[in-house]
Amino acid sequence: MDINDIYTEIIIEKSMDKKNQRELSHADVSKRAYNASCGDDITIHLKYDGSIIKNASFTGTGCAISRASASMMIDLIKGKTKDEAIALSETFIGMIKSEITDAEELKLLDDAIYLKNIAKMPARVKCAVLCWHALQEC
Amino acid sequence: MNVENIRKDFPILSKEINNRPLIYLDNAATTHKPLQVINAISDYYKEYNANPHRGAHALSYASTEIYEQGRQKVKAFIGAEGTDEIIFTHNTTEAINMVAKSFLESLLRSKDAITVAISDHHSCLIPPIEIAKKVGADIDYLELDEDCLISDDEISKKIHKGTRMVFVGHVSNVLGTINPIEKIIQRARDVNAYVLIDGAQAAPHEQVDVAKLDVDFYCFSGHKMLGPMGIGVLYGKKVLLEQMMPYNYGGNMVNFITKDHVDYKRSPHGLEAGTQNVEAVYGLSAAIDYLNAIGMKKIKDHQSQLLEYALKQLSSIAEIELYGPNDLDYRTGIISFNLRDIHPHDIASILDIDGIAIRSGYHCAQPLMNYLNLSSTCRASFYIYNTLKDIDLLVEGLFKARRYLSYGHQ
Repeated sequence: MDINDIYTEIIIEKSMDKKNQRELSHADVSKRAYNASCGDDITIHLKYDGSIIKNASFTGTGCAISRASASMMIDLIKGKTKDEAIALSETFIGMIKSEITDAEELKLLDDAIYLKNIAKMPARVKCAVLCWHALQEC
Repeated sequence: MNVENIRKDFPILSKEINNRPLIYLDNAATTHKPLQVINAISDYYKEYNANPHRGAHALSYASTEIYEQGRQKVKAFIGAEGTDEIIFTHNTTEAINMVAKSFLESLLRSKDAITVAISDHHSCLIPPIEIAKKVGADIDYLELDEDCLISDDEISKKIHKGTRMVFVGHVSNVLGTINPIEKIIQRARDVNAYVLIDGAQAAPHEQVDVAKLDVDFYCFSGHKMLGPMGIGVLYGKKVLLEQMMPYNYGGNMVNFITKDHVDYKRSPHGLEAGTQNVEAVYGLSAAIDYLNAIGMKKIKDHQSQLLEYALKQLSSIAEIELYGPNDLDYRTGIISFNLRDIHPHDIASILDIDGIAIRSGYHCAQPLMNYLNLSSTCRASFYIYNTLKDIDLLVEGLFKARRYLSYGHQ
């Protein structure tokens, strides 16, 4: 196992990207997900326009994997309906659990597909899926 | 103390992680075992195994001898007066639960209070807190000053006339602070309160003398002092253990039982129901022998040397946060820290790739983390087989983590 297997360029890049890590004023819903065992504590914020997720962001502290995953999730769900976002969360979680491997299905995840290798690292799975579980509870 | 020779006794230290030598810095979590302990456990099953105390055959006598000699050995190790003051448990956590349920619960009333420390491990906090909540008693917290120490003022304020019992750690598993337990015990005496000291992080590293401390209860775990998992010790003053109702009921702890009446055994056997972990007592005996052969004073000095070196080397890293007292006299070889720009979990992962084992998280001490305004930290903790080179490699690893993940620092 090499450091570049976990901390790929895209994960490092996305984990440092502050664009989606900010407060969201007048958010319609905020949901916190906390992983006590490693100290990841992420809250996601959604603002709707009708049934479309008009804006989204996340706040909190977390490891690079949890932040990269949250950042990629935010990019993916903006402009989608709540149902579409939930469906994508199922696809993502399925990918991480190695239950979904079909390339066409995974393409729907855009950049989040780059977290695919986390499936091989049980210790980091919880970090990658944290924000997606929060989304499911929104 | 020849650390190189000591290391040869520990088979696991020759293990490689990702083709790198193991650099183990997580001793506060658990320690590794020398061959002497591993062989003792294996020998127990090859030569002596039988259910102790109840058989009338050779192996049962042998097993009983091992178990009771283990008790004798522990008694000498911590300076207790009698073997009936030594109870074997599964671990420190069980020992504290035992005292909470079988001692504290029958003594505590709703107008009373208990005192705990904000820096206590959950195993020291939760058992008494649950009893206090159950009976409606108050809970006072000994808090830390800016130097992460418990002041005299704090002790006299938070242990008061209404306090019935105090549960405090001897050494903090997060900050490595040696708490002023002599002062705490004295204050408790003055207000007629009982004291339990959680010695899990102290007994492995320094000579403990429970008679001299005049402490009511003291507990620690075998696995944090080269012994196997699954064995802990509860020391209690004889007069107090005699007051305790049994914690677990079952075999080997009654004198006789009829339909109308049960006569329970007294300490220690009355508090050790069922078949006990005899292999682990034998392993713990071997661990105590190993530590005594080195000498607890030398072990403590070695820790201090590593601590001083580690703090010096770590402070040279830009943007590092080191937690704990500045005065090394109040510290043991446990260092919690953060790199301001990198999450502890990432640091631990990157170090792990190079075979370096540290701990990241809240270390089962959430009240302390909240009190310090931290969500998680990294923790490096040393024991008898660690070297200055281990610390150099840790520091190198931290610089590497920064090269990969930092927000602009190099």
